[in-house]
Amino acid sequence: MSYIYIVPIELEDHSCLEKLESFFFETFHLKTRRREFKINLKEAFDPNRGQYNSSLILRQLIMKPPRDAEKILAVLDVDLFIPILTFVFGEAQLKGIGAVVSTRRLHNRFYGLPEDAEVTTDRLLKESVHELGHTFGLIHCSQPKCVMNSSTYVENIDLKQAELCPLCQKSIKIDRTRTAHKGFRFSWWGKNSRVG
Amino acid sequence: MKPEEIGILIVDDEPSVRDSLYQWFTVDGYRVDTAEDAATALKKLQEKPWDIILLDIKMPGMDGIELQNRIKQIDKNIVTIIITAYATVDTAIQALKDGAFDYVTKPIDPDDLSRLIRNAVEKRRLVTENIQLRQQIEELMLPDEVVGESPAIKKVMEMVNTVAKTDSTVMILGESGTGKELIARAIHSRSSRKYFPIITINCGAYPEGLLESELFGHEKGSFTGAIYRRKGKLEMADKGTLFLDEIGNISEKMQMDLLRVIETKKFTRLGGDKTIDCDFRVISATNKDLEKAVKDESFREDLYYRLNVFSIVLPPLRERRSDIPLIARYFLNKYTQSMNKNVTDFSPRAMEMFTAYDWPGNIREVRNVVERAMVVAKGNQIQAEELSFPFPSLSSPSGGESLDDVEKDQIVKILNKTKGNIAQAADILKISRLTLYNKIEKYHLKR
Repeated sequence: MSYIYIVPIELEDHSCLEKLESFFFETFHLKTRRREFKINLKEAFDPNRGQYNSSLILRQLIMKPPRDAEKILAVLDVDLFIPILTFVFGEAQLKGIGAVVSTRRLHNRFYGLPEDAEVTTDRLLKESVHELGHTFGLIHCSQPKCVMNSSTYVENIDLKQAELCPLCQKSIKIDRTRTAHKGFRFSWWGKNSRVG
Repeated sequence: MKPEEIGILIVDDEPSVRDSLYQWFTVDGYRVDTAEDAATALKKLQEKPWDIILLDIKMPGMDGIELQNRIKQIDKNIVTIIITAYATVDTAIQALKDGAFDYVTKPIDPDDLSRLIRNAVEKRRLVTENIQLRQQIEELMLPDEVVGESPAIKKVMEMVNTVAKTDSTVMILGESGTGKELIARAIHSRSSRKYFPIITINCGAYPEGLLESELFGHEKGSFTGAIYRRKGKLEMADKGTLFLDEIGNISEKMQMDLLRVIETKKFTRLGGDKTIDCDFRVISATNKDLEKAVKDESFREDLYYRLNVFSIVLPPLRERRSDIPLIARYFLNKYTQSMNKNVTDFSPRAMEMFTAYDWPGNIREVRNVVERAMVVAKGNQIQAEELSFPFPSLSSPSGGESLDDVEKDQIVKILNKTKGNIAQAADILKISRLTLYNKIEKYHLKR
């Protein structure tokens, strides 16, 4: 059996991860495992920008994947960037194994607003599904409510749902023989919607 | 345009920039490739078409600005975006002057990058659409081509092609119905002004005051009935062509006004005081002998020479008889489609009558005769009896010496003289109308 590994890195509050675990199973038909990986964040730190290079974190993350790892998702609370952009919410390998998401710019407090843990968890869930979607080969979707719709600022994340649209569900490459819970039905922005 | 239809090439010497942009655009669904320097970029440009190119300014060897110039030489419609880590006003101005779509500094805000690419894609889409529409316009223009293969019309078309490339005024001379407007349109459609309108004004169709208003336009209240401001034909022809038909029929005052406008390309609307600049080419046409009118002093000499920088004389149809079958069949095909009738050709006898006739009304008359024949045609060929023009072959005596030939030629001659009036012709020939009808039938002269 393969798993989605959730790897918290220097994350103070782990409570949000539980929601991720149950939702990943429903979305990708894969069970999850939570593990600590040895990641040296200092290597990814850029003192000129005061930010962390997400590509360098990703490189460390996928260096020695566990044998039963279908996907590995690192969750951090630092400000991420890629060299060409001022910031990113996360990064993933397209059709690869690894993905990284950060809660730093998902917190309301980052924008000078009162903190709301539920909102942060919601955003983290959407960004995590989004980045894992890329590892399953999904590209950005033009459907505004689909979780694979591109988000370049935090309000964008709030506008979309946590689920994949029917077209993305169809495109996603999941080995259904390895799903533990057969007969699961996707919900799509309806009454059964688990998030949003 | 769907993302997968757009090709983005990233040219940057920094691998991390290339990789991150590659990933960013790949997950957006675009076709993406990268090049580490100008030489590789130019090679990739030859291999595949690209819609958008992101260029770093500072690269070893050829820099981004120089590369952009080379790209524009290969395809001026490619959208180029300059990226730099060290923005200076000078480089930004230079890049934009050289045709860059935008100029951005690293690192870029993700939202700005998304918006930038969206706008670049939109620009590319509009450029592509514009090229396609221009091609469609050119295709649509083809049916109006001048029909004919005679040496006379070939010479005319050579002149059309020569003068179309210039901006000179053209005067088209020819009998009524020889296709002067068609020639004016052919010049316009082959000129650099083809994507702008050709505005036609029939100078002979308006009384003087009205012609002035038609040409120059008027301001509200400039005369009784001018209840709103109206643009004139001169303004409407801006950047295009103004075709002045029947130019020989304009008054002396109008000649003076027109001369001033053609020389200065400036005018004011009737009742207005604002000078309007206008850029148009003038093509005029007349069936009158303007040289004679100049000698008679009924047409201004200076205007005549201003309008007649280049002249094209259209031969009457009777002087290019070999084109008559082509023109007749051209109209036949045209009406077959518009009337939805299955008429494919003319009978040999009908075509004989077509080519024998003098066509004093020229091409317009051919069109009318074919149209009428199409209405009454019963079979899939137009028969001689279905033609309705004033006595075909009337002006072409058979020249035979038999009694029948002499009789036929005499009847033709008298019918020509009476312009087809049966009663008058019968009177002159001293035979009854019934006898004349019978003889018309006998010699296939029936309309």
